[in-house]
Amino acid sequence: MAALTVGTELAPLTIPVTRTLIVAGAIASRDYQDVHHDAELARQKGAPDVFMNILTTNGLVGRYVTDHFGPTAVLRKVAIRLGAPNHPGDTMVLTGRIEAVDGDTATVHVVGANGLGHHVTGAVTVTVPEVTP
Amino acid sequence: MSEDPGQAVGPAGGEPDTPGEPAAETYDELGAHLKEFEGRPAAVAGVGKDPVNAPMIRHWCEVLGDTNPAYSGPGAVAPPTMLQAWTMGGLSGHQGRTGAYDGLLALLDEAGCTAVVATDCEQEYLRPLRPGDEITFDTVVETVSGRKTTKLGTGYFVTTRTDVRANGEPAGVHRFRILKYAPARRKPPAPRPRPVVNRDNAGFWQGVAEHRLLVQRCTGCGTLRHPWLPGCNACGSPEWDTVEASGEGTVFSYVVMHHPPFPAFTDAASGPAGPYAVGLIELAEGVRMVSNVVGTPYDKVRVGLPVRVEFRRYETTGGPLDLPVFRAVPGGE
Repeated sequence: MAALTVGTELAPLTIPVTRTLIVAGAIASRDYQDVHHDAELARQKGAPDVFMNILTTNGLVGRYVTDHFGPTAVLRKVAIRLGAPNHPGDTMVLTGRIEAVDGDTATVHVVGANGLGHHVTGAVTVTVPEVTP
Repeated sequence: MSEDPGQAVGPAGGEPDTPGEPAAETYDELGAHLKEFEGRPAAVAGVGKDPVNAPMIRHWCEVLGDTNPAYSGPGAVAPPTMLQAWTMGGLSGHQGRTGAYDGLLALLDEAGCTAVVATDCEQEYLRPLRPGDEITFDTVVETVSGRKTTKLGTGYFVTTRTDVRANGEPAGVHRFRILKYAPARRKPPAPRPRPVVNRDNAGFWQGVAEHRLLVQRCTGCGTLRHPWLPGCNACGSPEWDTVEASGEGTVFSYVVMHHPPFPAFTDAASGPAGPYAVGLIELAEGVRMVSNVVGTPYDKVRVGLPVRVEFRRYETTGGPLDLPVFRAVPGGE
């Protein structure tokens, strides 16, 4: 359990962006867009390879925050914007910082950076109930 | 890439910019027409294809490496970020989609905006979802932007808001923004300058065309020479024949060209338009020639690096042409 203090940095989380993660993430989120599993069709549409779908990114951002605050943490809001795509062979490093605290609720600014730049930037609002010792 | 708000894709730009922050916006007739869709329903009384269930939750957690104990066992809840997944149409498509929304997408398709990327996702979670919850949802078109030009291409941002219910109770709000756009044409790869072939060096290029590296040999004194010349520097004889080089060599010297950038010469090992190494290769036969070292990043090329010739096809200003380049010998570094 981590204290809710503005300015607290979350430990970085490194995500190897594998082809398996991209394809499995797309299917686990029921997203069958070909650009997430078929490299040839992705190339025909101007991308160099398949790339991660937004639902997988969203899930990773949520996981990053709940990993930090523990299983009692409850996500209230997740708002993300995508930038540089996550292609196979890249690595995404998620970093976060507590930007605001209101009682038992914190807002965490999250950035996921890959080799091309910022894949995702976002804000996560999370409630962390007091735990009785 | 026809698209709907239930099936998301990520940016395909390859540029570290954000398609959600476009450069220019101009209003146009199509844009004004698209604006009329604001406030109209995109999905009415949509029904999740499966109730919230443990197998889908487990698959999701496996993929994301999410070991949060709240998502398994008795009393499990679904990861809140799965909100959209419960509304996805999957391969069998959507139910509850309105004609208005299909009309909006069709207008964009007709205008050439056939590609799509998801740019933003904002979710608010009102109550946890648990296995067995039946999902229903309504989606409305919130906003349609004017025409925007981004690095991906020119198109329109469409923002939808989906209210998700579980067993009829409000469970979450899902706001989703896509850019539906006409892909910008990718520039063809920059061509290399066509080599200058004249009567003095025509034999060399004839050899290259046959994937043979030919070195001139003076028939007067036996001295090898490269580049090709009409006469021998050692004895002055104009008579010559050729020997075929083995293709083995080492980097005798090199320079790295940083500026100006010349993408045609940049090797893939050094990025799309980055610096490139020009090698002076000493062949096993003793003569030296200038060429590229390929397959090795420009900053890893070293004097003494063992290399071997490779004939590689390049686009040149005179059409496709095979050129001799040199590649590091595996294990030789």
